[in-house]
Amino acid sequence: MNRYQNLWLILGVVALLVLPLVLVEKPALGPDQKEAGIFAGADDQAKEVVTQIQPDYAPWFQPVLEPPSGEIASLLFALQAALGAGFIGYYLGTAVTAARVRQKS
Amino acid sequence: MHIMEGFLPVSHAVGWSLASLPFVGYGLHVIKKIMQEKPQQRMLLGVATAFTFVLSALKMPSVTGSCSHPTGTGLGAILFGPVAMAPIGLVVLLFQALLLAHGGLTTLGANVFSMGIVGPFAAYGIFRLASTLRLPFGLSVFLAAALADLLTYVTTSMQLAWAFPDPTGGFTASFLKFAGIFAITQIPLAISEGLLTVVVANTLKRFNYPELQEMKVFAGYEVRV
Repeated sequence: MNRYQNLWLILGVVALLVLPLVLVEKPALGPDQKEAGIFAGADDQAKEVVTQIQPDYAPWFQPVLEPPSGEIASLLFALQAALGAGFIGYYLGTAVTAARVRQKS
Repeated sequence: MHIMEGFLPVSHAVGWSLASLPFVGYGLHVIKKIMQEKPQQRMLLGVATAFTFVLSALKMPSVTGSCSHPTGTGLGAILFGPVAMAPIGLVVLLFQALLLAHGGLTTLGANVFSMGIVGPFAAYGIFRLASTLRLPFGLSVFLAAALADLLTYVTTSMQLAWAFPDPTGGFTASFLKFAGIFAITQIPLAISEGLLTVVVANTLKRFNYPELQEMKVFAGYEVRV
């Protein structure tokens, strides 16, 4: 039962990830005939709202290091996720084995 | 929920850092105590940290047509109590601020406050309340993690609205704008985070009963072999 529950939960997450991709339509071309962005980061959108509310606001500090390109940024994000997932996988592997050993003895 | 580098006025940046500091300090003390007194839980603490690492790196699409990420702090807050998550949130946010230009050093205090403090306290409180009401285990974990995720983003919206009130509508108008970006986008992501947290909690409960049995959070539930 438990195993199937997890399966359904993961399927639910996949559905939640795929649905927006299917449902959200690409915005029409802007007045300048440039393609409008879709699935941009919410953090960046918040930045735009700040400049709308206070057009004269200038950020007073710049990021120390900026990833030189989108590819490098995605490399670092993937690395972050891989480190985390690797650790969780290792832990679950040892926990499962320990549970089996306990059951046998 | 990352407020970008430099996008909080100096007074707010300093204020949020000072507000987060005691939580991080006490959290470090709590983590040290866990390491010394219950070394068998060290690995589980690592899992809670790793979970936050993974989930906050996953930028997911949402129905609003923009992308955001979950926080992953609910699991650790349920397992180890809310304060332990403040330093863990700090580590994750520092990594992203230094290497990824995602968030920032000047906004670190505010971001730790929303993701490392408000979220975990919400998760812990909701989980305790749900267990008191004798809701099923999975539902309790789901509600705790999903609402903690959502409240983290509501907090970010409030922080930005406080720093940048709308010239005509003031705090409320500004909050609605930021919440429109953050909180609405976050709803499906919060549900995803809730579901993923239940998956991990289920698995931990299933395979890891000796360590979990001694943790008081699972006390109300039968930990099966």
